[in-house]
Amino acid sequence: MEMTGAEITIRCLQEEGVEFVFGYPGGAVLHIYDALFQQDKVKHILVRHEQAAVHAADGYARCSDKAGVVLVTSGPGITNAVTGIATAYMDSIPMVVISGQVPTYAIGEDAFQEVDAVGITRPCVKHNFLVKDVKDIASTIKKAFYLAKSGRPGPVLVDIPKDISNQKCGFVYPDSIAIRAYQPPGRGDSEQIRQAAELLMQARRPMIYAGGGVVLSDSSAELTDLVKLTGFPCTNTLMGLGGYPATDRQFVGMLGMHGTYEANMAMQHCDVLVAIGARFDDRVIGNVEHFAQVPRKIIHIDIDPSSIAKRVKVDVPIVGDLKLVLEELLSVLRKNEKKTGDIADWWKQIEEWREFGGGLRYKNSSEIIKPQFVIETLYNLTGGDAYVTSDVGQHQMWAAQYYKFNHPRRWINSGGLGTMGFGLPAAMGVQLMHPDATVACVTGEGSIQMNIQELSTCLQYRLPIKVLSLNNRYLGMVRQWQQFFHGNRFSESYMDALPDFVKLAEAYGHIGMFIEKPSDVEPAMKEAFSRKNDLVFMDFRTDPAENVYPMVPGGKGLSEVVLSEDL
Amino acid sequence: MRHIISLLMENEAGALSRVAGLFSARGYNIESLTVAPTEEATLSRMTIVTSGSDAVIEQITKQLNKLIDVVSVMDLSEGEHIERELMLVKTRAEGEAREELKRMTDIFRGRILDVSDHTYTIELTGSRTKLDSFLVAIGRELILETVRTGVSGIGRGNRILSL
Repeated sequence: MEMTGAEITIRCLQEEGVEFVFGYPGGAVLHIYDALFQQDKVKHILVRHEQAAVHAADGYARCSDKAGVVLVTSGPGITNAVTGIATAYMDSIPMVVISGQVPTYAIGEDAFQEVDAVGITRPCVKHNFLVKDVKDIASTIKKAFYLAKSGRPGPVLVDIPKDISNQKCGFVYPDSIAIRAYQPPGRGDSEQIRQAAELLMQARRPMIYAGGGVVLSDSSAELTDLVKLTGFPCTNTLMGLGGYPATDRQFVGMLGMHGTYEANMAMQHCDVLVAIGARFDDRVIGNVEHFAQVPRKIIHIDIDPSSIAKRVKVDVPIVGDLKLVLEELLSVLRKNEKKTGDIADWWKQIEEWREFGGGLRYKNSSEIIKPQFVIETLYNLTGGDAYVTSDVGQHQMWAAQYYKFNHPRRWINSGGLGTMGFGLPAAMGVQLMHPDATVACVTGEGSIQMNIQELSTCLQYRLPIKVLSLNNRYLGMVRQWQQFFHGNRFSESYMDALPDFVKLAEAYGHIGMFIEKPSDVEPAMKEAFSRKNDLVFMDFRTDPAENVYPMVPGGKGLSEVVLSEDL
Repeated sequence: MRHIISLLMENEAGALSRVAGLFSARGYNIESLTVAPTEEATLSRMTIVTSGSDAVIEQITKQLNKLIDVVSVMDLSEGEHIERELMLVKTRAEGEAREELKRMTDIFRGRILDVSDHTYTIELTGSRTKLDSFLVAIGRELILETVRTGVSGIGRGNRILSL
């Protein structure tokens, strides 16, 4: 039986087991929306802005092992989606974006709502396709899902011209697909793994540094086994939080620009470093030359060869699927007669750093709400069991620091691109994936206004997200940098003319709360979390002068950290 | 250091822009780039001349390999190889210079393809340095126009870039 390109597109999504498509209709995708209308397997979530569709699909993917799926129209539909696509690309999130395109005969004629979608997205997708023949739709979508989910995951765009989605052909969904130039790595090289094990056993000051790759590859059990077997200290990057249980003693906290003193000092002074699914980026190791001043052996395990030796020299590179590599490394270590070296002195040193740095600390107040206190209360009230999405800025760092993630895929944030406006739509995707879970969106009055229109989507689909807005009337991270590095000249970082967020939440059909006393934080949050079926917007009036500590200033080395002057 | 990178890629619309875009997005330098279909209709072969530290060249190779349309990559300059470039030069050719240009063309084993009362058009094939030397030898004041294809390269002996 012949089907239209639009029907084929939707059938492909059904075949892939897609539950939700996040999107927004328009001229070039009308045939596809018509096909969507005539079935009920794939549910469509109508957002209020295409950027939010992509973030929602992204959040859905991050908290599950599935690819997020997006459907947008041509022109402004796809350009609005670009920020979301770049966000997913930087954090390696599996995603398939289907965009409509003007009819093939109009391409290149500056037609209404025409934009070169393949060209405009090329630098921020894993791969993209323009479908020029209806017979290619099924195999292209199959390829798109395969590419998005395999190897180092990432977003894949399929651009379908309007005439193609209306032409007919027979439908066969391929069982499997081969792309000759694409062979995602599997097992690591056994000899390299043996060398890594050898180095680990000789180490006197070892350090395990694990990033988002651990979360993406669902290898946190293997990572935990490795840390436990060796007795080594472990740190997580911002993207890796939850990859190793944060409340465990061997966890030295997050590292990097706003990492703990002990994590950064241990990273700087270790003699053998195992990097697992992490990429030594500028927010993590700061100044590369400073980092290289201390001689150390580096073992780097990653599925993407181009992540290895990109910013630092590596002694033992291991390219492979983290899960398989870690399994093999564990079995080599377990079989080995020799045990790992005595690292008691190293732990003593780390404990001293822990003591000196004083852990994460802030001076609480009974007068004004400290943002860290809000996150601590959130952690305590949810028992560390919530899904926490965040936007970007100071609140993001405080959430990363003060919410102790013991499980992977619970911490959902835009680490690589740092996209303000990510938090609320991402929370929608998470809540749809986990309808009964507690989903908290930690945001600020700056970020939330970048996608606040999604409160409408939340009402339509009854998503009981708890929004915690740390409202300090400043673009806090900008203000902090201006205070530190620009002579207190707060150029355009004050958020004037803020709306009444309580009324705004109510206008969107939700519950709004204004909290300005520290003593009200916990009762308000309890009240909010007891409302299982409602979205509650909590507008916390927080201390505008609070800064994120510790801080390794941009371009500085990890040991050149600035600690809080409080306490 | 100068490197000649050869690659096979899917002969598909947009493949060239993926490679060119990669170089500009990551700030890599391109000295020349040539591309044409191969005997296998689904494949194109590209030769890129670039320069950079060993670390940069390693990244370039890895990033190229990461492109889904790129089937295989070889750094020709890592081993024995042949490089050739084709150049067409239109020169002023009047009076005594006519004879001198003919002699230079013979010395460099070039050919004169087109002759007019006042001009020669000379074809020359060779390595980049040979073509550069020829231009120096005939002198800038005689040159009216040049066009170069950019370098193509191939490995010597058993060094073969294939699927």
